[in-house]
Amino acid sequence: MQFMLLFSRQGKLRLQKWYVPLSDKEKKKITRELVQTVLARKPKMCSFLEWRDLKVVYKRYASLYFCCAIEEQDNELITLEIIHRYVELLDKYFGSVCELDIIFNFEKAYFILDEFLLGGEAQETSKKTVLKAIEQADLLQEVRPHVVTLHYE
Amino acid sequence: MALKIVKGSIDRMFDKNLQDLVRGIRNHKEDEAKYISTCIDEIKQELKQDNIAVKANAVCKLTYLQMLGYDVSWAAFNIVEVMSSSKFTYKRIGYLAASQCFHESTDVIMLTTNQIRKDLSSPNQYDTGVALTGLSCFVTPDLARDLANDIMTLMSHTKPYIRKKAVLIMYKVFLKYPESLRPAFPRLKEKLEDPDPGVQSAAVNVICELARRNPKNYLSLAPLFFKLMTSSTNNWVLIKIIKLFGALTPLEPRLGKKLIEPLTNLIHSTSAMSLLYECVNTVIAGHDVNGSPFLPPFSLALFLFLRFQLCVQKLRILIEDSDQNLKYLGLLAMSKILKTHPKSVQSHKDLILQCLDDKDESIRLRALDLLYGMVSKKNLMEIVKKLMLHVDKAEGTTYRDELLTKIIDICSQSNYQYITNFEWYISILVELTRLEGTRHGHLIASQMLDVAIRVKAIRVFAVAQMATLLDNAHLMTGNVQRKGICEVLYAAAWICGEFSEHLENPMQTLEAMLRPKVATLPGHIQAVYVQNAAKLFATLLKNQEGNTDRTAAQETSQLMIDRLPLFVQSANLEVQERASCILQLVKYIQKLQQKDVEVAEEVIALFAGELNPVAPKAQKKVPVPEGLDLDAWINEPPSESESEDEQPKAIFAKEEPKHSRARHTEVDEKELAKRREARKQEQANNPFYIKASPSSQKVYQEAPGVEHIPVVQIDLSVPLKVPGLPMSDQYVKLEEERRQKERVEKKKKEKKKRKEKRGGRGKKHDSGPESEEDITPAHMVDIVTEEMPLADSEKLPVRSHRAAEALKSPAEDGDAESPASQEPKKKSSKEKREKKKDKDGDRKVSVKNGNPTRETALWMYIYGAEIDIQGNLQDGSQVVVSVIFENKCDNFLKTMEFNVLDSLNSKLQRPEGSGPHDGLSVPFQLPPGVSNEARFVFTMQSIVMPQKLKGTLTFIIKDSSTHEKLDFKLHFTCSSYLITTPCYSDAFAKLLESGDLKCSSVRLEGVNMPFHHLLARICFHHHFSVVERIDSCASMYSRSIQGHHVCLLVKTSGQTVSIDAKCDEPTLLGNVLDEIKQTFSQC
Repeated sequence: MQFMLLFSRQGKLRLQKWYVPLSDKEKKKITRELVQTVLARKPKMCSFLEWRDLKVVYKRYASLYFCCAIEEQDNELITLEIIHRYVELLDKYFGSVCELDIIFNFEKAYFILDEFLLGGEAQETSKKTVLKAIEQADLLQEVRPHVVTLHYE
Repeated sequence: MALKIVKGSIDRMFDKNLQDLVRGIRNHKEDEAKYISTCIDEIKQELKQDNIAVKANAVCKLTYLQMLGYDVSWAAFNIVEVMSSSKFTYKRIGYLAASQCFHESTDVIMLTTNQIRKDLSSPNQYDTGVALTGLSCFVTPDLARDLANDIMTLMSHTKPYIRKKAVLIMYKVFLKYPESLRPAFPRLKEKLEDPDPGVQSAAVNVICELARRNPKNYLSLAPLFFKLMTSSTNNWVLIKIIKLFGALTPLEPRLGKKLIEPLTNLIHSTSAMSLLYECVNTVIAGHDVNGSPFLPPFSLALFLFLRFQLCVQKLRILIEDSDQNLKYLGLLAMSKILKTHPKSVQSHKDLILQCLDDKDESIRLRALDLLYGMVSKKNLMEIVKKLMLHVDKAEGTTYRDELLTKIIDICSQSNYQYITNFEWYISILVELTRLEGTRHGHLIASQMLDVAIRVKAIRVFAVAQMATLLDNAHLMTGNVQRKGICEVLYAAAWICGEFSEHLENPMQTLEAMLRPKVATLPGHIQAVYVQNAAKLFATLLKNQEGNTDRTAAQETSQLMIDRLPLFVQSANLEVQERASCILQLVKYIQKLQQKDVEVAEEVIALFAGELNPVAPKAQKKVPVPEGLDLDAWINEPPSESESEDEQPKAIFAKEEPKHSRARHTEVDEKELAKRREARKQEQANNPFYIKASPSSQKVYQEAPGVEHIPVVQIDLSVPLKVPGLPMSDQYVKLEEERRQKERVEKKKKEKKKRKEKRGGRGKKHDSGPESEEDITPAHMVDIVTEEMPLADSEKLPVRSHRAAEALKSPAEDGDAESPASQEPKKKSSKEKREKKKDKDGDRKVSVKNGNPTRETALWMYIYGAEIDIQGNLQDGSQVVVSVIFENKCDNFLKTMEFNVLDSLNSKLQRPEGSGPHDGLSVPFQLPPGVSNEARFVFTMQSIVMPQKLKGTLTFIIKDSSTHEKLDFKLHFTCSSYLITTPCYSDAFAKLLESGDLKCSSVRLEGVNMPFHHLLARICFHHHFSVVERIDSCASMYSRSIQGHHVCLLVKTSGQTVSIDAKCDEPTLLGNVLDEIKQTFSQC
């Protein structure tokens, strides 16, 4: 996998993870282009599109689009499964996740992603193992942000 | 010290944390940039503090801002500081920030090496984990080199959590620092058999990715992977292994044989679509390769083929699935098969055609791609018919254009190989011209030209079709949106001109080509029109001079002379030049005609000779004229060096080249023949090779010589030339009938044969399904390729492609003539201008409802006042006035400006930003004799009173470049505010009963017309509709744009008509009745 982007229906970027070295300028350009292309697609359309020399696999969950770019030989269906697995992980961790969870705890969303994928490859296929690793790492973390109670608007 | 800590934590209470920042940004939607810049200032302050917690908080916020697109590279060093914190909380944030913000050119990365090494060897596995994760994102060649050993050690760590990560990150290290691969490989291989499935799958992942880049080195691992594949149940791992084998099999064909069994099992057993898809894809890809360089033994090939069929079956299931994603992937895989095994795909035509109906455009496009490869002579018409239906249905011009190009691609591929009936194809092209708003007019035009030129037998038909197109040219040029399609007229004009001898009614076509409307076409098309009008003219002259009646020929010349000046004035140089040249020529011809000289032969000589299609490499076929030695020097070559001997040089120049050339070609031909034979042999032995269908070769052989074209007589049951009617369908039917007939005939013949052969070999001839070869084409394309030998008759003219015989004798006369003929022309235009000036005195024209009272330079018809129904839905105060401008003078009119003096009640709607007295520019120019329509929107306050608005139209006459002014009055009657609205009698009765309506009545005397005429007149002029009519009594209804109801009861007895009317607005009613009265007083 080359990169993963999460963005809202309004085209706001919520998460980005790049597994290939690119300059900030290129990243911004790619993001802008892809967000536009994906948002322009109709809901009944299939989840794949050919974009430059890559294949883009995306899926919409509620108001969030999860979008991955893979190479020519990669398997589209397994990429969809990766996206779905990540959503399940977020869901388990936050307890029925919503867009705001990801906005306000974006670093957590990254930590989960990093436990699941490494260098663009799935490193752990077991949900349980991923969540256990995250929980234990969280335990190590000093109690800090949880003092503040979160008020979502 | 203690105090410092306390102070630090108090400070922290006032810091913004990440949540505050996010919330702040969400609350400052209007001035986000400003808010963020203050936040960044705060962050800079926080970073200056010693407290690591404050710093980590700041870095965390920066990571968020980085995602929003802000540059945070200035804080790189602070990120390193946070990374090196001893506390996991901060380290985690630091590494996250680094992995998001660092890239190869970040220079502080150099500083991190030791820190990362320390973290990698940390006793806490999560410290190590975080470092590995971070490293995977920002590893540089330097880091890879320095840390390769550390990571390699971690691959044997006691915790699987670390091993797994270490193995995966090794792949990144290999990419950055390839030297590390050799020492690390044994350990990596070991990990394939790691007790932990996570580590194992990571190792499979890495090796699979490596093998994709360089499969050769990993062949030795095949047995190990084979074991894994048969034992593993993890789909993620299986997919990777299958992918790996996909990369290995081309190198080791025996592997393919071994794989067949487990792959087939997987295909049959798996429920995971991703795995199935991977298997099918690998089999397809493996098939590609196995087909050519490594020929498997025959039995294996057969076996593979059966498996392959299985894959196609599975794909069918995918495509039939309701899931769009599977459908898309199925089609994608099909298109891969199509490249090697078109036959296997063709049997699924029905399914692919079905996909054209899909909601998803990307699926439709995929299906279209597939169709391109699937056509054969047999199914072409059917497929194209289906596509034509889709063209009609398709919404969205991009998809429709895509369809159009695909239709043309499909039909024209490999030299129209699949087209058996070109009449059908021409009709398809003509039908395509009716598409709204396509950009591909040019493409259609080039197809028309190509077919008409190359398929000689079709010309009569093509010319008839093109003449119809020219006749209906207004359909293509009328709408601005159809700009692209008018390119077709280019082809139509050219074909009609070039092959004018086939025209049924050349006079009509000539007139169509010289219509004033043509002047609105793009320049290059006009140029072709002019040129081909001349060709047509030549043909016409020839026909007409054959008759005894000379006047017809003279009339034709007169027509040319009348119409051509329009083009002489064209702004396009090409048009102007051709037109003036031809105009002079025709004038001269006219002169000769008046002297009773026969000129047709000479005129036709201008365009004599036939245009032949010429292949790109045809130059080679041109015979070298006698006495021309292409190898001889034209000038002596400059001697290379003075000192060299003269003798050997001469030998070199004369003998060597000839010798080598001759030998070269000889060897070449022999060698080629040999190779060809070898290749054929190979192909014959290869069961996967689909033999070239003999028919395609036949096309080449039969191409030369028009006489050989097997034109099949078609019994036409339907007249072909119905203009404006889609006709291609009937060809499909015809084709079917034709084939049916052929089949019957063939069977008869076979029966005969069999009868003759009775008693001989009792071999049965299978005439079941039609094969490709059975279809005899109705027409054939002149295929011009280099392979084609030239028939004698087709030898290319050596010097020019058009034999032009100069008309010598008349040329002298012409020279003397031209200045004289110029003179009167100038005079006449001057006269006209003067005439117009005379009229300038009284130019006041009151224009009223389509009756222009006086002839002026510009006529305006005001088309009633049509009411824009869309406008009235919103505010009921908008009226649209359509004005037709017709240029009645002989000059070009431009920069027209329409202006109306607004009253209190009514205003002309002007674009925003223009003043209340500015005119509206009319969006077109008017060449002489041309009319065009413009629309203006007026806003009305009240509609109960009729209105008269004064207005002016200013314009510039091109040649005199003076501003001219035309005054007019616009009369908005109350009737024009009424919209014909149907009303049912019961609703009508209720309306009358409601009692809200005011009453009024009028009597008309001396009306002498039948009652139904009278009603029709009211309906037409005053926009009423009849609700009910009983004998000589009728009730009528209408509604104003502001919703007033108007009801009429019309009674007639003898010559007296009484109208009782009711309306909720008495003033409006009074005015409408007055207008009705006036209508009838005029007659």
